[in-house]
Amino acid sequence: MFDQNSNPGSPEHDLEGPDKLGHFGPYGGVFVGETLISAVEELAAVYEEASKDSAFWEEYDHDLQHYVGRPSPLYFAARLTNLAQGAQIFLKREDLNHTGAHKVNNTIGQALLAKRMGKTRIIAETGAGQHGVATATVAARLGLDCFVYMGAEDIQRQAPNVYRMKLLGATVVSVESGSRTLKDAMNEALRDWATNVDNTYYIIGTVAGPHPYPLLVRDFQCIIGRETRKQALDQLKSLPDALVACVGGGSNAIGMFHPFLKDSEVAMYGVEAGGDGLETGRHAAPLSAEGVSPGVLHGNRTYLMADQNGQILETHSVSAGLDYPGVGPEHSWLKDMKRVKYVAATDKEAMQAFHDTTQLEGIIPALESSHAVAYALKLASKMRSDQNIVVNMSGRGDKDIETVARLEGISL
Amino acid sequence: MSRLREVSDKALTDGRKLLIPYLVAGDPSLGVTEKLMHQLVQDGADIIELGIPFSDPSSDGPVIQLGAERAIAAGTSLIDVCDLMRRFRSKNPATPVVLMGYLNPIELMGYEEFTKNVSECGVDGVLVVDMPPTESFDLRQRLQDVDIDTIFLVAPTTSVERAKLITQVCSGYLYYVSLKGVTGAALSDANSIRTRVSQLRALTKLPIVIGFGIKDVDSVLRMSEISDGVIIGSALVSAIAKLSPHGDETSKEIETATQLIRDARDALNV
Ligand SMILES: Cc1ncc(COP(=O)(O)O)c(C=O)c1O
Repeated sequence: MFDQNSNPGSPEHDLEGPDKLGHFGPYGGVFVGETLISAVEELAAVYEEASKDSAFWEEYDHDLQHYVGRPSPLYFAARLTNLAQGAQIFLKREDLNHTGAHKVNNTIGQALLAKRMGKTRIIAETGAGQHGVATATVAARLGLDCFVYMGAEDIQRQAPNVYRMKLLGATVVSVESGSRTLKDAMNEALRDWATNVDNTYYIIGTVAGPHPYPLLVRDFQCIIGRETRKQALDQLKSLPDALVACVGGGSNAIGMFHPFLKDSEVAMYGVEAGGDGLETGRHAAPLSAEGVSPGVLHGNRTYLMADQNGQILETHSVSAGLDYPGVGPEHSWLKDMKRVKYVAATDKEAMQAFHDTTQLEGIIPALESSHAVAYALKLASKMRSDQNIVVNMSGRGDKDIETVARLEGISL
Repeated sequence: MSRLREVSDKALTDGRKLLIPYLVAGDPSLGVTEKLMHQLVQDGADIIELGIPFSDPSSDGPVIQLGAERAIAAGTSLIDVCDLMRRFRSKNPATPVVLMGYLNPIELMGYEEFTKNVSECGVDGVLVVDMPPTESFDLRQRLQDVDIDTIFLVAPTTSVERAKLITQVCSGYLYYVSLKGVTGAALSDANSIRTRVSQLRALTKLPIVIGFGIKDVDSVLRMSEISDGVIIGSALVSAIAKLSPHGDETSKEIETATQLIRDARDALNV
């Protein structure tokens, strides 16, 4: 319940956020229509209780180990290191997870919450289709009805994942409104949720949305950073000097970064989609582009790409999973706190990194993850060879080979 | 006393049901919206809800989404909405107007600037769909300082305890959302709405009006019977969708677009 006279934007926060109402400094919060308030409050209460229940985390850990295949390796990429001629490059292999990306860490956790709440119907939004696949997967496993909202544009560019979701028994709903990409899919999922709020659990795929999503998705993704920390101490005998992760909504990045936030010696880089280049305006980089202001969309306050009238801008990226005008509110906070440096890699740089990783390491990276590799190669070349960088290989690129082929004028 | 409270208090005393049409500013053009607003007043509207177009209206159904898309395509900004209001006010000093929209355009304008603009152009109330009371303190205070009401929604999913708190921060009128879902969906059954409205009645002296899903004279009569008034949105916006955006619509066409509001007023007056 709310205190009608409090002004939640103002209290001081440390890196421990969010507060009770979901604020990370001035960001985050709950900005949804009244119909959804009881649903997000119920979810916050259920999650608060579940997160203190060791049986809940035991089941989550068990699923991650036996179903997802965790822990994922921390792999030394010798030939990428050689290419950069600087710091040693390690890849955290989230691409080896069941369903091919980090997204499943979150859907496993949220599926347990849905079960705990007795919901019979699951909905999700998806951009690249990775979160849709990861959601359809857990829904199949629990025998729940599953509806995945996906922009018509993304359905075109991620056809293999669309078919995969259908095979898993999900209904993929094509979203024709607005820019027909991820943000519009999220609008449509919110409309569905408001309509079917009694029996429906909405599995949001990234650290965005109203509180408690940015908190719980982060908690479910922190397995990435916790494992990395332990593996680094085992394999390198020290913490890494730098962490690099791509940022769409920011879930793989926060999962990697969060367990290291208090280790001030670990530098962190969030790599956004630079599209055609930040200077062209055709990108999806609300944190690293100049002149972007905070705004409110999809339930939270965060840096947001909008025109001067407050209309949300269409974004551009070669990678559907990064093609989003906002970003999780905790990242906005970490930007302002200067704890994480946010940078961008262009479509072209990401494509080059995609080929480099494939040819030098025998790993086909997701186009999203290729952005992280692209920046890591630049960063490594400016660092010493006794330093270590961990790049979060957030997903595999099987879903992207048609896109890559098309861009290179090859028809499969 | 504010224009909004004056009109709703008088309606309550006279036993007149409030008839509140909603339309999107700039759909299909600012000029047409202004003509429509004057027509709506003639038709018997007590209050007008004027939508601020937003690119991502996630609480609205397809009809109002398309209305917003048309308005944005016509280049309508929040400043334009204020200019429209100023023109309307210069000819109509009496009819309260409530701006209804989403928070992002207001955030980008800045709360201070927004408050100054809406107060200067003669707006009477503000309803921000995605700004719940918890997040409203700053804007609500500023609007209160210039005697503009902040209106909040109560939904079928709102608990009684929460509704009580909402009534404490809400002014002008209380907007009861008749259904679980988005604007323009089908009404839920009248009995459950009646029960909820009488619960709310015990909590507040504010007029309670019902919106979402009211689309014809029949639903107007059913919903007004159990409340202090009704809001008609999607049904009006879909009639407006038939108008030409080029400013060459005849006054006959404008009248046709608002037929439902006249019919509703006639039925309510019987
Ligand atoms: C492989 C992969 N990496 C990254 C992302 C971006 O999401 P986030 O920033 O939440 O990790 C996606 C989204 O679809 C993805 O599929």
